[in-house]
Amino acid sequence: MTEKHYIQHTINKEEKVISIREVYKSFGDLHVLRGVNLDVYKGENIVVLGRSGTGKSVLIKLLVGLLKQDRGTINVLGQEVSQLKAKELDALRLRVGFSFQNSALYDSMNIRQNLEFPLVMNRKQLTPKEIGLLVDEVLDAVGLKDKKEQLPSDLSGGQRKRIGIARTLILKPEIMLYDEPTSGLDPITSAEINELINEVQERYNTSSIIITHDLTCAKETADRVAMLLDGMFVSVGSFEEVFATQEERIQSFYNYNFTK
Amino acid sequence: MFFTRSRPKRYIFSKGIDDTLIGVYNAYLFVARFFKEAFTKPFHFRVVVDQCFEIGLRSLTLITLTGFVTGVVFTKQSRPSLEVFGAASWLPSLISIALVRALGSLVTALICAGKVGSSIGAELGSMRVTEQIDAMEVSAVNPFKYLVVTRVWATVIAVPILSLYCTTVGLLGSYLNVHTHEDTSFISFMESAFEAISFIDLFTAVAKSVVFGFTIGMIGTYKGFNASQGTRGVGRAANQAVVLSMFLIFIEEIVIVQISNWIKFF
Ligand SMILES: Nc1ncnc2c1ncn2[C@@H]1O[C@H](COP(=O)(O)OP(=O)(O)OP(=O)(O)O)[C@@H](O)[C@H]1O
Ligand SMILES: [Mg+2]
Repeated sequence: MTEKHYIQHTINKEEKVISIREVYKSFGDLHVLRGVNLDVYKGENIVVLGRSGTGKSVLIKLLVGLLKQDRGTINVLGQEVSQLKAKELDALRLRVGFSFQNSALYDSMNIRQNLEFPLVMNRKQLTPKEIGLLVDEVLDAVGLKDKKEQLPSDLSGGQRKRIGIARTLILKPEIMLYDEPTSGLDPITSAEINELINEVQERYNTSSIIITHDLTCAKETADRVAMLLDGMFVSVGSFEEVFATQEERIQSFYNYNFTK
Repeated sequence: MFFTRSRPKRYIFSKGIDDTLIGVYNAYLFVARFFKEAFTKPFHFRVVVDQCFEIGLRSLTLITLTGFVTGVVFTKQSRPSLEVFGAASWLPSLISIALVRALGSLVTALICAGKVGSSIGAELGSMRVTEQIDAMEVSAVNPFKYLVVTRVWATVIAVPILSLYCTTVGLLGSYLNVHTHEDTSFISFMESAFEAISFIDLFTAVAKSVVFGFTIGMIGTYKGFNASQGTRGVGRAANQAVVLSMFLIFIEEIVIVQISNWIKFF
């Protein structure tokens, strides 16, 4: 297992791109988030760890306005997400890439059309040729150039994940949100995705939130790790800092990942 | 977008009644949103046209077959009764009245509810449960406009055209049957067929089809767009879309016939 080996990117601790304060969210009687606080700085990869069902996906859905918090404030790129009008929210969403847990590729379109879709809909000034070049660029970045004319159903789970990431990269977002990019993948494919995440950070100087329960992924991609337990971040820091604790549940999270 | 009211914790009447009322209210919000977004940019013309073709392709064979058989069989079955009164020459008018006023649009609507409504429900339903609709939303595309509005426009446009087509095929079927018994020319058959039809009949037929098309599109998209609970939800969305739109089509048929009769009366 390799540690995050190259840190050529610059993290600007002065510039916050995301700032979450005292956020609560429940569904009926189910209190999912109970006072979440988190800052994400420019150029940093932050990994959110937590057990299944603790509300990790809910948290990043709040960031792009797919869900609305009950209480608290969420500031993304200087804007208060829950206060935005539809137009402003769309403008913000173009600057934030969201890669879904299950890829969410449009299954009626082939890979090329999937990748073109965000451009065709949002970058009206681009010519078909320019769009083609951008498609090739992101396909190259995720290493799947030969799959352009295939349907999502023809791809493996790992390939779909990479196309899902490519589709969000194509708009050159300032923030990337990865929902479990490596879950259900074999270790080699996972390692490729981890590399891809680091490469994106370097190449485009994006800030990222990476949700995972895969500690290898955390170790390789994280500048900081945030541990979500009982609807709050109980520990935020470097990978070593977070797991140096005696807190039982954090320890067991670590042990289950590495001793099984 | 947060237009769906979630269920309150305590029931005002009972679970069943409350759920129904909330369902009706949510459906009302959905339809209201359609009217708010149907007439503003962007229009996605390409998608509407594609959808129209899709609807046509999906239902054309069945409509042709059903329309034709309806024409033939209806003529065949009516002949003996009319012959008793020596009025077999009225066959063309009888058939055209039946086809234009009722059968053409009703048969088409029912076929479309079955074939088109269910596939819209299933398509949007699976897009919902696999988060494709969310994916659209986060790439700053309004999925309501792109998926719902376009499909409802398509059904509103395609169903009346298919109804006219169905009526025409039915008349052709009827003519074939008439032709095997009497030596009526096609022209004179059509002349006597259209003599019986007034402008208001045609207008009502088209208006009715527009309403049916709207119903099919609206219910298919509503059920699909609000699908939940995984793959089972997709099947349920498709199924409910068919049942509910057929039910509404029958009610609308009765109401519209009543209204057009009043209009004729004045
Ligand atoms: N739209 C919703 N309506 C009702 N409940 C929801 C909704 N979305 C999420 N939940 C509930 O919120 C809780 C947290 O869900 P979430 O998807 O965020 O978990 P997660 O941490 O991402 O888990 P996993 O690692 O398995 O993806 C779950 O119990 C889920 O049932
Ligand atoms: Mg999740």
